[in-house]
Amino acid sequence: MLETSANGPFVSGKVALVHAVGMHARPAVKLTKLAKRFQAQISIRASATADWINAKSVAKVMALRAPPNSTIEIKAFGEDADAAVAALIELVSADFPDRDP
Amino acid sequence: MRADVAGPAYRGRTASIGFARGPFIRLSARENSARTPGSPQDEALALRGAIQSSSEQIAELAAAAGGEATQILEFQVALLEDQDFIDPIFTSLVQGTPADIAWSSALDEQIADYDTASDEYLKARSSDLADLRDRVLRILNGGEGLVPEIPSGAVICADDLPPSRFLEIDWSGGGGLALLRGSPTSHVAMLARARGIPMVVQLGSVPDAAIALLDGEGATLELNPNAEQIGLFERRREIHRRSRASARAILRRPAATWRGERIRLLINIQRVEDLEHADAQYADGIGLMRTEFLLSGPEGIPDEETQYRTYDEVLRWADKRPVTIRTFDAGGDKPVSGFTPEGEANPFLGLRGLRLCLARPDVFEVQLRALARAAVRGNLKVMFPMVTMAAELETARTVFTEIVADLQARGIAAILPELGIMVEVPAAAMAIGDFKCAFFSIGSNDLAQYVLACDRSNGALGNLIDPLHPAVLELIARAAEHGRRAGVSVSLCGDMASDPRFIPALLHCGLRELSVNASSLAQIKQTIDRLGHGGGGG
Repeated sequence: MLETSANGPFVSGKVALVHAVGMHARPAVKLTKLAKRFQAQISIRASATADWINAKSVAKVMALRAPPNSTIEIKAFGEDADAAVAALIELVSADFPDRDP
Repeated sequence: MRADVAGPAYRGRTASIGFARGPFIRLSARENSARTPGSPQDEALALRGAIQSSSEQIAELAAAAGGEATQILEFQVALLEDQDFIDPIFTSLVQGTPADIAWSSALDEQIADYDTASDEYLKARSSDLADLRDRVLRILNGGEGLVPEIPSGAVICADDLPPSRFLEIDWSGGGGLALLRGSPTSHVAMLARARGIPMVVQLGSVPDAAIALLDGEGATLELNPNAEQIGLFERRREIHRRSRASARAILRRPAATWRGERIRLLINIQRVEDLEHADAQYADGIGLMRTEFLLSGPEGIPDEETQYRTYDEVLRWADKRPVTIRTFDAGGDKPVSGFTPEGEANPFLGLRGLRLCLARPDVFEVQLRALARAAVRGNLKVMFPMVTMAAELETARTVFTEIVADLQARGIAAILPELGIMVEVPAAAMAIGDFKCAFFSIGSNDLAQYVLACDRSNGALGNLIDPLHPAVLELIARAAEHGRRAGVSVSLCGDMASDPRFIPALLHCGLRELSVNASSLAQIKQTIDRLGHGGGGG
């Protein structure tokens, strides 16, 4: 899907999940809310062998079951892909702060 | 319990104290009224409308409830807005599946997935999903999402109840909650206690009835009671009411005494907000501050600074009064994802309490640093849970001492607070003389559970879990006696101390310091006062 698309540039990044209980409901809600602010298509995965999933879907993000200390890979394409990846990395690395980033 | 009564009686566990007498209303988990499906277009329209209404209802509930409830509901709203999740449901409508079937099978699939998760947090989410499933179904079925007509003051019976259903019910006319399963530590139980709604859980199975008596204090449910049962119930309710009123007056008196000896009454807190309880100010200090709530916050295990500020806030509240903070007591029935071990065959006998903290210095040392810094700010004591051998206490003391030295070397104000242990492992209670510490606090819940070999959360063992069993009392008396001889304080901070029925036994065991829930402080002070004035039972 995304990998083969020629529709605009790719941006990707990695960030460690420092959240103590892993990717649970609150972090998942925050992550998808933030992702939805961007036009770009954004995919994430929690291990190099897993399928990429849509970062705007809370059901999919919860199903990641990303444990603490796992590495989240993010990739995006579309006009604001740069900003999207940067914002998501900041959210995860800052451990999902309560105020909106 | 009583053989001479007409209506059947059931015993569960107390989740919230209080009394309710009223019509018995059973809420089924899902109201499946017959529904005639329309064309695929109609079905899509109906489902779209039901999802929209659900979103609005949940948003309203969240706004009205605030705090913790808002966080619980936020996930449900996010799921309703998730196109990846919702779109396939609409696709199946096009293929002719009725809206209610398509909706519930999609949700049931998710619920099953969450239920099989090894992770407690994910499992807990499955009840949120069931809540969402049923809300949308109710609207689809024409119920407009309203709870079936519930008469004022009803005793509501359900298998379990999700928080959003509790918030929808109009409790202004009183009433109570009788759950067949459920748990005193659930979100609903917290909401019920906050609202003062009596609630009894783990009642097992009960038949239908017209009228019910719910006694949140005795944890009993009586159905279709006869006049005698009603009379006894009303007498208990009246005694409860009067004792609350007069207990409030007694609170203001300085100290509780029994046979000329001062009885120190401290409070247990689960989190900082518990200090807002109106009666908390009358306590002689904080006998147990649990810190596990720090582990379950939305942001995970908080850093040193956050912990320090939390401890400091409590010490400032207490002023010169003592504050005993217990280090993380996770494991057993308190799993914390990413901290407690997974897959233990017997977590109650596993890596929990201090054992776990010593195995996880990354987590433990952050807490000890925050506590060492907080210790300079007030009368702090630090207590370790689930200690079996003196060597564990000494290891923890060594780690703590090194942390204090390190902080001081870096010019940060820190001191080693008084250290003590929970007495909850029978071995520690029996060999209490081995422990060189400044104080002991008896954790009667776990002590009774381990001595009696009964899981306290197992409703089937109700009659066996007797904290007044002579073996339990002997260990309590032994600990108290050791304290008197060694000149160190011994208190009791388990649920026993918050129950007036157990107070005479505890005083006779030699205890002179009890730590109770703030909401029980008045009643316990009054109980001691009555015993002290020859009010019987002493």
